[in-house]
Amino acid sequence: MGNSNVYNILFCGTGGQGVLKASEVCGVAAVNAGFKVKKSEVHGMAQRGGSVESHLRIGKEVYSPLIIPGQADFLVSFHEDESKRMNHFLSPQGVDFTPFLEKVNQLPDHRLVNTFFLGILASRLPIPEEHWHEAIKCVIGKKIDENIAIFRMGFAI
Amino acid sequence: MNQKEKTIQFLSGDEALGRGAYEAGLGVACAYPGTPSTEILEYLSKYSEVDSQWSVNEKVAFEVALGAAIGGVRSLYASKHVGLNVAMDPLMTASYTGINAGFVIVVCDDPGLHSSQNEQDTRWVSIYGKLPMIEPSSPSEAYRFIKEAFQISEQFDTPVLFRMTTRVAHSKEGVQIAVRTENEKKALPMDISKYVMVPGNAFKRHILVEKRMENLSKYAETTTLNSLETGNSGIGFLTSGVSYHYIKEMFPDASVLKLGFTYPFCDSKIREFSRDLKELYIVEELDPFIEEHVKTLGIPFKTKENSYRIGELQPQDIPRIVEGLPRTEVKSTARKPVLCRGCPHRFVFTILKRLKVTVAGDIGCYTLGATPPLSALHTCICMGAGITVHEGLRRAHPDQKIIGVIGDSTFIHSGITGLINAVYNNMKGLIIILDNSTTAMTGGQNHPGTGQTITGQKAPRLLLEEICKSCGVTNVDVLTPFKFKELESLIRQRLAEDALSVIIAREPCRLIERRRSPAPEYVQSKCKKCGLCLSIDCPGVVKTEDGYITIDQETCAGCNLCVEICSPKALRQHG
Repeated sequence: MGNSNVYNILFCGTGGQGVLKASEVCGVAAVNAGFKVKKSEVHGMAQRGGSVESHLRIGKEVYSPLIIPGQADFLVSFHEDESKRMNHFLSPQGVDFTPFLEKVNQLPDHRLVNTFFLGILASRLPIPEEHWHEAIKCVIGKKIDENIAIFRMGFAI
Repeated sequence: MNQKEKTIQFLSGDEALGRGAYEAGLGVACAYPGTPSTEILEYLSKYSEVDSQWSVNEKVAFEVALGAAIGGVRSLYASKHVGLNVAMDPLMTASYTGINAGFVIVVCDDPGLHSSQNEQDTRWVSIYGKLPMIEPSSPSEAYRFIKEAFQISEQFDTPVLFRMTTRVAHSKEGVQIAVRTENEKKALPMDISKYVMVPGNAFKRHILVEKRMENLSKYAETTTLNSLETGNSGIGFLTSGVSYHYIKEMFPDASVLKLGFTYPFCDSKIREFSRDLKELYIVEELDPFIEEHVKTLGIPFKTKENSYRIGELQPQDIPRIVEGLPRTEVKSTARKPVLCRGCPHRFVFTILKRLKVTVAGDIGCYTLGATPPLSALHTCICMGAGITVHEGLRRAHPDQKIIGVIGDSTFIHSGITGLINAVYNNMKGLIIILDNSTTAMTGGQNHPGTGQTITGQKAPRLLLEEICKSCGVTNVDVLTPFKFKELESLIRQRLAEDALSVIIAREPCRLIERRRSPAPEYVQSKCKKCGLCLSIDCPGVVKTEDGYITIDQETCAGCNLCVEICSPKALRQHG
């Protein structure tokens, strides 16, 4: 069961970390690249320090907006505690972003962790780079050059 | 290229619905904010062709939108499920009057209670109110179905219920959009027998309502809102809403009848669908709405075990439902939400906790005052109940210290009537209006007290203190909760008096007023490890392994509440 032609990406972290923004950029880039995309998240408590998660599914045909546990291809976690909490979603071959959290301190601005992670993700997804740049401009809208520079740092990893 | 210029846009269910309604020539849109429905009006307010408003409450929103529809302009009401409860009075009679131009009642349910006080299933309102109900399963369906909803409304002279759930309202996908079609404005109605619901007229309208339901039942059999997919596995699913996508994910070869026009039911279509199946499963979130009806048709089926009536469904639940297994208990390990750093409400709740009073609460961010270690709020029922439950508790226990708390938007929504009731019925007591000058919980929407409309235009600012005085409240004080000691002594004083008092604790929400001051200094040698600073549940005060604390410099907003309550004086203001 499950649809193997779909990329399942689970973004998680806590309120205010840019988790939802990262998922939005990826979703917009994928839509602009011609993929069918479904994204699901819950708003309301995000700014009050609670857990935040966003399910993003990209493919030729996507039904469920939610990822099935054990089928996430990427666990893009912004927080170690949240990685532990959401780890059961990761597929055996899935990529866990938790180890990349160590590299965040080396960034010129560690608040831009979301674009750094998007760069790492972009190098592993079939979405052309121009769509990423455009989505960053469209969704983040500020400090574009800085964001794209950090995106490229992530892409190079 | 800008997203706006594209024909495929990445839209949430709320936004897609808004876009579809806009294209259908929507003229007037009214709502009171409520998760997960808030973004519908936020989206619509971008369009100058649509007269959008944050209404004072849902009853008002419903009546303004209905009035516009009677006036001949396509209109829309939107709220969350519990919001529709507030608007039930006009809804039940609007079913009788019908409309002049299309009127759609959008309601967003919240299975799983992501941000709600209950998980009621609003589909029942369609039976009770004798109204058709449409349920999209995705944002693109929300876009497409809302257009049909306006047509159905006009074709059958009826308000139309349009129900979404959190997973439809807050999920996103690429939606193909089009251009707006303007509708011709109709003349003002002069039909007294249709719009004046006195007994004689209403009786005749009721006859027409019953006839309308018969016609809608026939329509249900043919509408493309109900879609049938024939599979080859011999099993079939009867479903509605987002559950459809979970079924497609887990049982791609099954037959599926998806009800997009949920009520009245398409009985013949359901019968026909079930005929060739080896096994029929009914899969729906929350209540057995479809199930109860199919029972009356005498069709054999299997359905979810009762434990699945609670909470939202997930794709992995579908195989378990088919096997007849109950829900597996999963303990949530999610990080609990807390009042934000520097939140003015934290000052008030710290005082209330210290005074050991019973607190009647209300709906808003400040409901978080109930979570441990604060645990300083003891009831939360619905909007306005902070004032009225306070009265009831005091009537039950006149000798006890009881306080009511309510937010500014909530007070305007439905607190004022309760306050008048308390004055009129000679109630003594103390109400604290937690005035952060916004509708904070839903993301900071304007309301009459902010002096701005939905589009940010200037409006006359409603002064809460003047309202309270006009209601006849004996003592009305306005104070910033950041004056901690002053506020504490004022609360003590008012509690001791034999009078009805209101204290307006006014300080802008930290999500609007993001000003930060330096973090306090911590002198560990003076720390007695008493835990007082941890009792305020501040995300900036962190307990260390050795039992002492540290102030998280990144998180701390410099509000100095921890300094105020640190009796050993281990914490002191910076500088």
